[in-house]
Amino acid sequence: MTTPLEAAEPAAIQAAGPGDERPTYRGMLRYALSKAGGALFSIAMVLVGTFFVFRLLPGDPVRNLAQGRNMTPAQLDLERRRLGLDKPLLDQFIDFVGDTLRLDLGTSYEYKRPVLDLIGERLGPTLLLAGTGLVIAVSLGIWQGTRAGWRHGSRFDRFSTGTSLLLWSVPTFWLGLLLMMVFGVGIGPIPGILPFRGIESVDAPDGFAYLLDVGSHMVLPCLTLVAVVYAQYLLIMRSSLVEEISQDYVTVARAKGLRDDDVRRHHAVPNALLPTVTLVFMRVGFVVGGAVTVETIFTWPGLGQLFYQAISVPDFTLMQGTFMLITVAVIVMNTLADVVYHILDPRVRSA
Amino acid sequence: MTSVSTARRRAALTRFWSEFRNHRGGLVGLVVLVAAVLLALVAPLFISENVTSVVEGVGEKWAPPSLAEPFGTDESGRSILLMVWWGSRTSLLIGFLAALLSIVIGLVFGVAAGHFRGWVGGALMRVTDWFLVLPSLVTALVLAAILGGSTFTIIMAIGITTWPSTARLIRAQTLAVEARPYIERSKALGAGHWHITTRHVLPNVAPLLLASTTLEVASAIVTESTLAFLGASTNRTSWGTMLRASYDFGAATQGAWWYILIPGLAILAVVMAFTLVGRALEAVLNPRLRRAA
Repeated sequence: MTTPLEAAEPAAIQAAGPGDERPTYRGMLRYALSKAGGALFSIAMVLVGTFFVFRLLPGDPVRNLAQGRNMTPAQLDLERRRLGLDKPLLDQFIDFVGDTLRLDLGTSYEYKRPVLDLIGERLGPTLLLAGTGLVIAVSLGIWQGTRAGWRHGSRFDRFSTGTSLLLWSVPTFWLGLLLMMVFGVGIGPIPGILPFRGIESVDAPDGFAYLLDVGSHMVLPCLTLVAVVYAQYLLIMRSSLVEEISQDYVTVARAKGLRDDDVRRHHAVPNALLPTVTLVFMRVGFVVGGAVTVETIFTWPGLGQLFYQAISVPDFTLMQGTFMLITVAVIVMNTLADVVYHILDPRVRSA
Repeated sequence: MTSVSTARRRAALTRFWSEFRNHRGGLVGLVVLVAAVLLALVAPLFISENVTSVVEGVGEKWAPPSLAEPFGTDESGRSILLMVWWGSRTSLLIGFLAALLSIVIGLVFGVAAGHFRGWVGGALMRVTDWFLVLPSLVTALVLAAILGGSTFTIIMAIGITTWPSTARLIRAQTLAVEARPYIERSKALGAGHWHITTRHVLPNVAPLLLASTTLEVASAIVTESTLAFLGASTNRTSWGTMLRASYDFGAATQGAWWYILIPGLAILAVVMAFTLVGRALEAVLNPRLRRAA
């Protein structure tokens, strides 16, 4: 939180060519390629890490996978051969990498179905919830951060910073429980007004009414996610705008006699926006953690809940598959944010 | 020689305290913090682990707050007040130890990455960045699930997933310190890696480390409660496991608001206290922030 321009640091080393257009373009391409290479390396490390963490940790992997069901030694041997666990470790590793690259993530013991199918089913609801939540959180955070930062020290600013610190300290799941109790169940004589389980009612109607039904189910999970995530966007936007205000060009714009609103909207905010938007994507791992918690509480049938179910069974194949997918998605998002920031912000390129 | 440096240290400490006193939020946080830690430490003098035992629950089930039970009772008739008090021991212990582990790993990686230039430092930063990009809650859950639930494994899981931001901070500070001329003088006099890092770099990064440890404890307590809520718990009563039980036994649908509210407020109070103290420490100790103010 303290260094919003952190993202600029690695980029600054990559100084682009002297002045004219073509070397800059080539420098940009080279930067993107080197970042993509780094991301591939990270993904490879995730594969290696996953393989060893899931196989070399205490206990017999077959027994782990079978979750302590009673099995005879012969059955254990058969299972071991079926899973390829009787082969040398190196062969197992090569098999694992090959399977994963072919998107064969194994079969879940709990659901008796391929992990990839399960993930495919759950992807939609998660994207719906996290996407909506992220859009609301980002717009709200940027709007409030701009208002707070433009007049920093004002009462609105102090109120905003205070609320953000409070929301920052609140555990996501507790906020979810409170919202569920107040708006879902209701307190005392006041009945609950919003549904808080799943994504649709049992007797969900068709057509437009169905959308309304899903929408009403989404209110509470979305609210929880937004409340927890948006505080940091607010703080980043605020500090980044405060930094811009002290720049000379803002003084010049004011000296020209532009209206305060114009200076803010056309001069300061666009520049303050860049690091903020980048950090939104850099912190996507945090949103993922929030999504797991929120989906668990409100039994939202998404990827986060699938992961939670895999943890609580525990179903190691499913856990491994969802973990790899989530991690790779986060790495890709981070890399994209880094490259896009580099392309959009000339200050970083010419540093 | 020693008396001179002692006097200097005392003067620095006095200056630090007089600056810290100006941050009202930090002071309030400090008071709450000391109170919470003292209460957790003296708990065994008044109550024992029995307050968390289901068989020992003697009160009425789901009793709302009253004079006898100021914070009500849970699904087995146990007192919420006593459970929150006893649970603070686990929550605070895991919070402190996980933060300590995370800080130690971060310190070693950060100082090494800043001190050793060339491929060693590069490789260390690569590892740090890799850990930084992993979604920490998801990774901690996986680690806790694989290693099995015990106090030690939960501490490990939190420590392993949260150290990279500390490492980056310490590395930046190390680079700044090592650029100063007295390091060159020290090298010319024949100082080795160990001497430079422990005698020159460490004292300079220590103040920052204190601030970031405080913030780290706050986030470790939140992470512990989240892990416990999501099922990766130690089978010992903590604020997270209490909230988990309140969810499992449907406290929300029972209208037992006290069961949800009280443990959560305990988390909130302690975490806010740590955050406030950490921010105040940062404002006092971080020279970059001080100059900007």
